[in-house]
Amino acid sequence: MENRLRVLRAERAWSQQDLAGRLEVSRQSVNAIETGKYDPSLPLAFRIAELFDLPIEEIFVSPSRRSSKAI
Amino acid sequence: MPRTIAWKRYNRRVICLSLAYCAFLLPAVYGFKHQLVPHSLAYLVAVLPALPIIGIFGAIGRYLVEEQDEYVRMLMVRQILWASGLTLSFATIWGFLNNFGLVGHADGYWLIALWFIGLGIGSLVNKLTLDDGGC
Repeated sequence: MENRLRVLRAERAWSQQDLAGRLEVSRQSVNAIETGKYDPSLPLAFRIAELFDLPIEEIFVSPSRRSSKAI
Repeated sequence: MPRTIAWKRYNRRVICLSLAYCAFLLPAVYGFKHQLVPHSLAYLVAVLPALPIIGIFGAIGRYLVEEQDEYVRMLMVRQILWASGLTLSFATIWGFLNNFGLVGHADGYWLIALWFIGLGIGSLVNKLTLDDGGC
Protein backbone atom coordinates (compact mmCIF):
# COMPACT_ATOMS: atom_id res chain seq x y z
CA MET A 1 0.00 0.00 0.00
CA GLU A 2 1.28 3.42 -0.96
CA ASN A 3 2.05 5.62 2.05
CA ARG A 4 3.86 8.77 3.26
CA LEU A 5 5.80 7.07 6.00
CA ARG A 6 9.22 7.80 4.53
CA VAL A 7 8.37 11.51 4.09
CA LEU A 8 6.94 11.84 7.60
CA ARG A 9 9.97 10.09 9.04
CA ALA A 10 12.35 12.31 7.07
CA GLU A 11 10.53 15.46 8.28
CA ARG A 12 11.39 14.43 11.83
CA ALA A 13 14.94 13.37 10.88
CA TRP A 14 14.30 9.87 12.18
CA SER A 15 16.13 6.87 10.85
CA GLN A 16 14.22 3.65 10.12
CA GLN A 17 15.74 2.31 13.32
CA ASP A 18 14.44 5.31 15.30
CA LEU A 19 10.93 4.81 13.97
CA ALA A 20 11.13 1.05 14.55
CA GLY A 21 12.12 1.70 18.18
CA ARG A 22 9.18 4.07 18.69
CA LEU A 23 6.75 1.56 17.17
CA GLU A 24 8.38 -1.42 18.93
CA VAL A 25 8.85 -3.31 15.69
CA SER A 26 11.95 -4.34 13.73
CA ARG A 27 13.68 -1.97 11.32
CA GLN A 28 12.87 -4.49 8.58
CA SER A 29 9.17 -4.02 9.33
CA VAL A 30 9.47 -0.26 8.90
CA ASN A 31 11.34 -0.72 5.64
CA ALA A 32 8.79 -3.24 4.32
CA ILE A 33 5.91 -0.87 5.12
CA GLU A 34 7.68 2.17 3.64
CA THR A 35 8.43 0.37 0.40
CA GLY A 36 4.89 -0.99 0.15
CA LYS A 37 6.02 -4.60 0.39
CA TYR A 38 3.96 -5.14 3.51
CA ASP A 39 0.61 -3.68 4.57
CA PRO A 40 0.45 -3.21 8.35
CA SER A 41 -2.43 -4.58 10.39
CA LEU A 42 -5.06 -2.12 11.56
CA PRO A 43 -3.62 -1.98 15.14
CA LEU A 44 -0.13 -1.18 13.79
CA ALA A 45 -1.54 1.35 11.32
CA PHE A 46 -3.28 3.08 14.27
CA ARG A 47 -0.02 3.05 16.27
CA ILE A 48 1.75 4.71 13.32
CA ALA A 49 -1.05 7.28 12.97
CA GLU A 50 -0.99 8.06 16.70
CA LEU A 51 2.80 8.41 16.67
CA PHE A 52 2.61 11.01 13.89
CA ASP A 53 -0.59 12.50 15.33
CA LEU A 54 -2.33 12.18 11.98
CA PRO A 55 -5.42 10.34 10.73
CA ILE A 56 -4.60 6.99 9.08
CA GLU A 57 -5.80 8.19 5.67
CA GLU A 58 -3.21 11.00 5.73
CA ILE A 59 -0.46 8.41 6.00
CA PHE A 60 -1.78 5.49 3.96
CA VAL A 61 -3.32 5.94 0.53
CA SER A 62 -6.53 3.98 0.17
CA PRO A 63 -6.08 1.53 -2.76
CA SER A 64 -9.71 2.06 -3.85
CA ARG A 65 -9.42 5.86 -3.85
CA ARG A 66 -6.14 5.62 -5.67
CA SER A 67 -7.68 3.45 -8.42
CA SER A 68 -10.77 5.69 -8.71
CA LYS A 69 -8.48 8.73 -9.12
CA ALA A 70 -6.66 6.87 -11.89
CA ILE A 71 -9.98 6.37 -13.73
CA MET B 1 15.19 -12.98 10.25
CA PRO B 2 15.47 -9.97 12.62
CA ARG B 3 16.67 -11.02 16.07
CA THR B 4 13.61 -10.27 18.16
CA ILE B 5 13.21 -11.45 21.77
CA ALA B 6 10.83 -14.20 20.63
CA TRP B 7 13.35 -15.29 17.99
CA LYS B 8 16.13 -15.55 20.58
CA ARG B 9 13.82 -17.59 22.83
CA TYR B 10 12.94 -19.83 19.89
CA ASN B 11 16.63 -20.34 19.08
CA ARG B 12 17.39 -21.33 22.67
CA ARG B 13 14.54 -23.86 22.63
CA VAL B 14 15.68 -25.34 19.32
CA ILE B 15 19.28 -25.68 20.58
CA CYS B 16 18.07 -27.48 23.74
CA LEU B 17 15.80 -29.77 21.71
CA SER B 18 18.60 -30.52 19.24
CA LEU B 19 20.88 -31.52 22.13
CA ALA B 20 18.08 -33.74 23.51
CA TYR B 21 17.70 -35.28 20.04
CA CYS B 22 21.40 -36.22 20.00
CA ALA B 23 21.21 -37.45 23.59
CA PHE B 24 18.33 -39.80 22.67
CA LEU B 25 19.42 -40.84 19.19
CA LEU B 26 23.03 -41.89 19.81
CA PRO B 27 22.27 -44.32 22.68
CA ALA B 28 19.27 -45.68 20.75
CA VAL B 29 21.37 -46.41 17.66
CA TYR B 30 24.11 -47.96 19.78
CA GLY B 31 21.63 -49.95 21.85
CA PHE B 32 19.76 -51.40 18.88
CA LYS B 33 22.98 -52.10 16.96
CA HIS B 34 24.42 -54.09 19.85
CA GLN B 35 21.08 -55.61 20.87
CA LEU B 36 21.20 -54.01 24.31
CA VAL B 37 17.60 -52.75 24.27
CA PRO B 38 15.17 -55.12 26.03
CA HIS B 39 12.07 -55.90 23.99
CA SER B 40 9.83 -54.31 26.63
CA LEU B 41 11.60 -50.94 26.13
CA ALA B 42 12.18 -51.16 22.38
CA TYR B 43 9.21 -49.01 21.35
CA LEU B 44 10.02 -46.36 23.94
CA VAL B 45 13.72 -46.18 22.99
CA ALA B 46 12.82 -46.06 19.28
CA VAL B 47 10.32 -43.22 19.76
CA LEU B 48 12.44 -41.09 22.13
CA PRO B 49 14.53 -39.40 19.36
CA ALA B 50 11.28 -38.37 17.63
CA LEU B 51 10.05 -36.42 20.66
CA PRO B 52 12.56 -33.52 20.48
CA ILE B 53 11.74 -33.14 16.77
CA ILE B 54 8.06 -32.92 17.64
CA GLY B 55 9.18 -30.42 20.28
CA ILE B 56 10.77 -28.29 17.54
CA PHE B 57 7.41 -28.16 15.75
CA GLY B 58 5.93 -27.03 19.07
CA ALA B 59 8.70 -24.42 19.45
CA ILE B 60 7.87 -23.05 15.99
CA GLY B 61 4.20 -22.81 16.96
CA ARG B 62 5.09 -21.11 20.22
CA TYR B 63 7.35 -18.68 18.36
CA LEU B 64 4.44 -17.69 16.11
CA VAL B 65 2.33 -17.01 19.20
CA GLU B 66 5.06 -15.09 21.06
CA GLU B 67 6.40 -13.02 18.15
CA GLN B 68 5.16 -9.46 18.63
CA ASP B 69 6.49 -8.13 15.33
CA GLU B 70 3.76 -8.94 12.82
CA TYR B 71 6.01 -8.54 9.76
CA VAL B 72 8.63 -10.91 11.18
CA ARG B 73 5.86 -13.36 12.06
CA MET B 74 4.62 -13.19 8.47
CA LEU B 75 8.14 -14.04 7.24
CA MET B 76 8.10 -17.21 9.34
CA VAL B 77 4.59 -18.12 8.14
CA ARG B 78 5.80 -17.78 4.54
CA GLN B 79 8.75 -20.05 5.34
CA ILE B 80 6.39 -22.64 6.84
CA LEU B 81 4.13 -22.48 3.78
CA TRP B 82 7.11 -23.04 1.48
CA ALA B 83 8.38 -25.92 3.62
CA SER B 84 4.96 -27.60 3.82
CA GLY B 85 4.14 -27.07 0.15
CA LEU B 86 7.47 -28.45 -1.02
CA THR B 87 7.39 -31.43 1.35
CA LEU B 88 3.81 -32.41 0.51
CA SER B 89 4.48 -32.01 -3.22
CA PHE B 90 7.62 -34.11 -2.99
CA ALA B 91 5.84 -36.80 -0.92
CA THR B 92 2.98 -36.92 -3.44
CA ILE B 93 5.31 -37.28 -6.41
CA TRP B 94 7.47 -39.85 -4.63
CA GLY B 95 4.39 -41.80 -3.57
CA PHE B 96 3.16 -42.17 -7.14
CA LEU B 97 6.64 -43.01 -8.47
CA ASN B 98 6.96 -45.63 -5.73
CA ASN B 99 3.48 -46.97 -6.46
CA PHE B 100 4.36 -47.59 -10.10
CA GLY B 101 7.64 -49.24 -9.13
CA LEU B 102 9.86 -46.49 -10.55
CA VAL B 103 11.64 -45.56 -7.30
CA GLY B 104 12.34 -47.48 -4.12
CA HIS B 105 10.75 -47.05 -0.72
CA ALA B 106 11.96 -44.07 1.34
CA ASP B 107 11.75 -43.86 5.12
CA GLY B 108 9.12 -41.39 6.29
CA TYR B 109 11.48 -39.41 8.51
CA TRP B 110 13.26 -38.04 5.43
CA LEU B 111 10.20 -35.89 4.96
CA ILE B 112 11.08 -34.10 8.20
CA ALA B 113 14.57 -33.36 6.86
CA LEU B 114 12.97 -32.14 3.64
CA TRP B 115 10.60 -29.91 5.59
CA PHE B 116 13.50 -28.24 7.39
CA ILE B 117 15.27 -27.77 4.03
CA GLY B 118 11.99 -26.21 2.85
CA LEU B 119 12.22 -23.72 5.74
CA GLY B 120 15.65 -22.72 4.43
CA ILE B 121 14.28 -22.34 0.89
CA GLY B 122 11.44 -20.23 2.29
CA SER B 123 13.98 -18.03 4.03
CA LEU B 124 15.87 -17.62 0.74
CA VAL B 125 12.64 -16.71 -1.08
CA ASN B 126 11.94 -14.13 1.65
CA LYS B 127 15.41 -12.66 1.15
CA LEU B 128 15.02 -12.53 -2.63
CA THR B 129 11.53 -11.03 -2.63
CA LEU B 130 11.28 -8.93 0.55
CA ASP B 131 14.77 -8.25 1.88
CA ASP B 132 16.03 -4.67 1.87
CA GLY B 133 19.70 -5.61 1.88
CA GLY B 134 20.11 -4.18 5.37
CA CYS B 135 19.86 -0.54 4.26
